[in-house]
Amino acid sequence: MRAAVIVFPGSNCDRDMAVALRAAGADVSMVWHKDPDLPESVDLVAVPGGFSFGDYLRCGAIAAQSPICKAIVAHAARGGYVLGVCNGFQVLTESGLLPGALMRNAALKFVCKTLDLKVETSSSAFTEGYNAGDLVAFPVAHHDGNYTADPDTLARLEADERIAFRYTQNPNGSVADIAGVLSDNRRVLGMMPHPERAVDTGHGGTDGQALFRGLIGQLANA
Amino acid sequence: MKARVHVMLKNGVLDPQGEAVRHALGNLGFDGVSGVRQGKVIELDLADGTSEDTITDMCEKLLANTVIESYRVELL
Repeated sequence: MRAAVIVFPGSNCDRDMAVALRAAGADVSMVWHKDPDLPESVDLVAVPGGFSFGDYLRCGAIAAQSPICKAIVAHAARGGYVLGVCNGFQVLTESGLLPGALMRNAALKFVCKTLDLKVETSSSAFTEGYNAGDLVAFPVAHHDGNYTADPDTLARLEADERIAFRYTQNPNGSVADIAGVLSDNRRVLGMMPHPERAVDTGHGGTDGQALFRGLIGQLANA
Repeated sequence: MKARVHVMLKNGVLDPQGEAVRHALGNLGFDGVSGVRQGKVIELDLADGTSEDTITDMCEKLLANTVIESYRVELL
């Protein structure tokens, strides 16, 4: 199973993401944002957290226009898997791969703590290692994680069970407590919390392991 | 030529920063401020003859996120 971790100027969770993917058995390459192409036969693209391009204009907006993002959009259009975490989620909404937008936290404060999330669906390669209703503890660390979408989009996300995770205690004002959403084909996941920071006992919790192991197990069998 | 693009959160989208500014104005004793909305202004230096359609395209593709923001183009 081959994974690519995208590196933008200002990414700061790229190496954590690579460590988490490798620990789960993936063959990982790091890909600079100016590369126009992904490495051959990549199964999964991971867009990591951080502050790409200093969050200029809007979080993720400049990164979404970088050369590699065209390759990521093409990869997703071919049915490839994409995981965006934190700033990576913002990049995926800005690039149009996921619906909605992430605004400034409602309380205007940067939130940095470990929160319980409810797994809303096990029906995706990302969440099949959990049961719907499971509570998992993932760290969050963001200033702009306030998910919003228009009422029609929200109704569609709910009806199609595309909300992957919800906060049990909403830290940022996200509509319907949404912490992570899936694409129409369930192969693109964007989430604000950091599963890659919960894969080692040294992190204080290992609830993220099931996400990476499930994902890599499923892609290895594919 | 120059153009000025005004980007604002759409009506109905809660603007927490504007709300914080409204509270701060109240704390300073400015009564009667019932709402504040905060946006951004982007000034563009453009080649002469750039069409308004091109500027609109810039807004749609990058300068505004039309999921949450509206924009207005002012030619200077």
